[in-house]
Formats: sequence, structure tokens, C-alpha cells
Amino acid sequence: MSHHYLLPDISQPGKIGCSLPALDVPPAELPPRELLRQELELPEVSEVELVRYFTALSKLNYGVDTGFYPLGSCTMKYNPKWHEDIARLAGFASIHPLQPEESVQGALQLMFELQEYLAEITGMDATSLVPIAGAHGEFAGLLLVRAYHQHRGDRVRKKILLTDSSHGTNPASAVMCGFEIDVVASDSEGNVDMKNLESMMNDEVAALTLTMPTTLGLFDPQILEISRLVHERGGLLGADGANLNAFLGRVKFGELGYDYVQLNLHKSFSTPHGGGGPGSGPVCVKENLSDFLPSPLVTGSNGTYKLMSPAKSIGRVASFYGNFSVMCKAYAYIRSLGAEGLKEASENAVLNANYLKEKLKPYYHLPYDRTCMHEVVFSGRWQKAKGVHTVDIAKRLLDYGLHPPTVYFPLIVDEALMIEPTETESKQTLDAFVEAMKEIAREVEENPEILHTAPHNTPVRRLDDVRAARNPDLRWQMRS
Amino acid sequence: MNPKEYKYTQEHEWICTESRNKGKVGLADYAQLQLGDIVFLDLPAPGTQVEHGKKMGEVESVKAVSDIFAPVSGRVLEINQTVVDEPGLVNKDPYGAGWLVRLELSKPAELDALMDSEKYDKFVVQLSEEESE
Ligand SMILES: Cc1ncc(COP(=O)(O)O)c(C=O)c1O
Repeated sequence: MSHHYLLPDISQPGKIGCSLPALDVPPAELPPRELLRQELELPEVSEVELVRYFTALSKLNYGVDTGFYPLGSCTMKYNPKWHEDIARLAGFASIHPLQPEESVQGALQLMFELQEYLAEITGMDATSLVPIAGAHGEFAGLLLVRAYHQHRGDRVRKKILLTDSSHGTNPASAVMCGFEIDVVASDSEGNVDMKNLESMMNDEVAALTLTMPTTLGLFDPQILEISRLVHERGGLLGADGANLNAFLGRVKFGELGYDYVQLNLHKSFSTPHGGGGPGSGPVCVKENLSDFLPSPLVTGSNGTYKLMSPAKSIGRVASFYGNFSVMCKAYAYIRSLGAEGLKEASENAVLNANYLKEKLKPYYHLPYDRTCMHEVVFSGRWQKAKGVHTVDIAKRLLDYGLHPPTVYFPLIVDEALMIEPTETESKQTLDAFVEAMKEIAREVEENPEILHTAPHNTPVRRLDDVRAARNPDLRWQMRS
Repeated sequence: MNPKEYKYTQEHEWICTESRNKGKVGLADYAQLQLGDIVFLDLPAPGTQVEHGKKMGEVESVKAVSDIFAPVSGRVLEINQTVVDEPGLVNKDPYGAGWLVRLELSKPAELDALMDSEKYDKFVVQLSEEESE
């Protein structure tokens, strides 16, 4: 049977998928009818039908475990299954957040050590593990910026500067935090336009948020100069550290002059990214911000670990301690790779991206032709001139059984194709991707129609995203 | 309405004056082509004061959200509710039914700094050439 059915479609009165044991307690009267909810219209199916239904759906999944997934800015690397086992150990998975501290010392030790490792990796002084997503970590970082300036009695700094290549969460977090935003332009090399920054960096600016490496997959060599300028004028420098996979163990945000950075543990540190979570976005700070960190932090001395709240903490930003299971996987990742292993992972991530850059450069326009970091951004403008758009290329890749790269981001690249292979892919896989991309570039010349109507081999053909956006149908209703 | 008589900004807004101090504003064809299918418009409420070159609204396409800038300063008299309900009109008829707002101009002299259609066409040709380099 195809996957084009839902359980209610095969429901028939009287079919049943489970057998209940005989009643072994005295039957109780039901409350009065008016207090009871209406009967739920649950589908009636047999056990094997249920199993087939979900098995069929599961075969439609595409993930890192099924194939290459070069979704730029998302770091879709393979995460060893063993790290899941660690997170599921009973001492981690079966504890309650309100248990007395003495009874969860192992879990607290893990959090304490992870705080320290992340501070070491980023070159910062302190870490709060609480934020539960990348964007949430950005938000927490900006709350710290606000607390810092308010504490100094400075109330005119109401602006956050961002670059025009920023990830959409950067402006969103700043606005959510009550700041106004101003956008600094990138120059023709993809770096911060220093003249522009110079003219915008005034005493209304609370901080500059600068992703490093940038979302163009480039390292901005002016970073020390940028940091000096921002600090001279009384601002703070914050990093969106979601791209840390590019330089683990090689470059430290603290040494670049950053005051804080948020990390995406669910990208760089062994938790699958996507599917809506759970995520973890710890924020690591220099000493000037550490008193404001979101609580709780874990302290440790003489082998005893305790939860504490920093002196001027901005308070709680999530329930309890954040997403603990993600912390377990990050811990397992760091401990199993070790300092050298982390470096090697990043080196391979950068090597793989540069390999794809060189291989694909003859076929796709490369707007910033320089050594890239963990990802490379192409532009589909050569193909656009032939009437084929990046979206068509992305859809056509599905026919080759490959997940497409990120498209139309960053916004400053026309028809952007953002490719992040990650360190976990072999040369063989990369070569297969290159072949598919070459083939598609040839199709653009010889048979553009096949791209316009792609995908052809997928369970569903091209979806009407325009209609979906204009008339969203958000609620499924039972057909009667 | 004849787009040849409109005035244009470098951000691809147009303004078509109806009298010395009133005019309709919309997005140029080039803008709608670059944006792709438009799915949502956020326009300033009638009565809002807008300022020349400053953001006055947002346009969302399936690809991205972009700002709409006020071509001149003034007060919003009216918004085109039809285009809000059916944003695809901007794609279909950017210079006619796809207009966005009507403004009362507070500084009509600002019009002189905008491009006329001949100048704007050249500007767009130049942009397209840069793009296909
Ligand atoms: C550069 C960058 N910043 C921030 C984020 C936001 O992270 P999250 O989706 O966990 O909120 C992402 C997401 O992948 C990202 O790529």
C-alpha cells in the first residue's frame, strides 16, 4: 500500500490492536455525562496495520543515517550512536530535577566539567548551560549585554549592530530582547565593511553580534581590529558561535576579543540537529559578564558539586537546568575525541568544504573565491541566466537521492547554495555529490525542463510552497 | 496610470503622484522578479508618518523577508487592502492593481531627487549586467 493514507482511512469499527487484561479492580461509576469529554475518534486498526503504517512512514525518512546531508549552516554531521547510550544511562536518564543535590552528584559533575570544557574551548571565563537552543543562547547573551550596560548606569545604548549576512535568529533575538537593530554591510570580499562599521559604531550601540566564521563560511581576518573598535567605543562584542565546528581547538573566541559566545551543542557537539529539538545553546562569557549569567550554574570544590546563582544573575531562562540529555552527549563527544580529536574533526570539516569548493567552482559561480572554513557558498546566477533557479537545482538533487544544500541564505548572495559537508563524510561521498552537481549543471544546458519539473523520483512531487504560505492549512480534520 | 511617468528609488519602490501632494506607492517589476512569489505584506496603518528612505513596511516572499522603504516623507492616507489579501497582485500587476499605499507628501520637493523612468530603466539594466558578470 502506498503511504498516501492515514490511519483513519483504514479504520473499521471493531478492529482492535490490543487486548486488555481482565478487570481486577472494582468498577467505579463514571462522573456525570456533562463532565465527560466527547468520545475521541480514534482510528480502529489491527496491530499489524499499525506496524505497517509506521514502518512505511519511517521508510520515507531522510536523515544523516540514510545519506549525505550538506545543509549549510546546520552542521548535519554523523553523531556516534554510542553517545546516545551515554545519555540513556540510568544515572542520567532516570533522575528527577528536584532530587537532593547529594543524590545526583554524578550528573552535577558532568555539568560542572562541561561548563569548564566549553569555557576552555571558547577561551572564556564562565559558562551557563541553561539556554535550550542556539537562538535562546543568543537571547541570553543579549540579556547579559543589557544587564551589563544597565549595571554601569548606561541607558542610551539601545542598539545592536549585525552584519547583513547574519542568520535570521540574530536580528530576531535582538528585537525580542528590546533592542533596535542596525545592519553593517559586508565588503566585496565577504568581510565586515570597516568604513561602514566605523561610521555606525557610536555610543548608542550596546554590542556588535558577529558570527565567526561568518555565515558565508569565511573567517574575517579583521576581527582583532573590529574588536578594538567596538570596545574603544564602549560596546561589547558577541559571537553567534553556531559555526564553531570550523575551528574547534584551533581558534578561541576569547582570544579574538569576544565578550560572549553562544554555542549550538546540537550542531557542533554530537546531538542531531533538526526535527525541532531538543537543542542546547550554552552561553560562555568573559569575566565582565560572568556575574550576570543565567542560573543555575554548577560549582565544584573538593569533589562536591552544587547548584548556585551568580551574584547579579539575569535569573532563569528555562525550566530547571536546560536540556540535560544534550549536555550528556556533548560531554561524551568531548571526552571521547579529546583535545587532539576535536582539532582533527574541525580540520576535516574545513578540508571537506574546500575540496567541494575547488571541485564545483568550474560549474557554479563562487562569489567569494578564497579559502573557506567549514562551509562554502555558491551562487546559482550562471544557471539563473539560463532560466533555472537555485530552487530547481535543489529539487533536482532529490532525484539523485541527495539532500540539497541550504538555499537562498545568506541573503546577500544571489540564488545562494550553501554547502556544508561536515567532517564525517568520506571522499567517496563527496565525489558522488560533485558528480551529481556536475550532471545537474549539464542538464541546465541541455534539458532545463527536467529541472523545472523536478523532483521526479520522490514520494511527492514538487510542493506548492507559494500556496502553502498564502493559504496555510494548519489543522487536519477527520473526513466524515 | 503609466509607469513611464512614475518616479523610482534605488530600492525599487515607485511613486505615482495624483496631485501635487498625493501619490500612490508600489514596488517595481524588478523588485517583484527578484523577490519571487510574494506571500505576505506588512504595510503601515493609515495615519502613520513615514520618512523618506526609512523603512515603512515589509514584504515576504517564499525566499525572504525584505524591507519596503518610503520613497518620500508623508502620511499614509490609505492602504491597498486588496493587495494585503492577495499579495500575488504585486507579482501580477506591480504598477497597477499591486499598488501598496497612498501617501500625502509632506515634502513634495523630495520627488526631484528620485529617478524618472528612463533613468531607472538604465539603473536596472546596469544592475542586471553586474549580476550576470
Ligand atoms: C549561524 C546560526 N545561528 C543561529 C542558529 C540558531 O540555532 P537554533 O536553531 O538552535 O535556535 C543557527 C541554526 O542552525 C545557525 O545556523
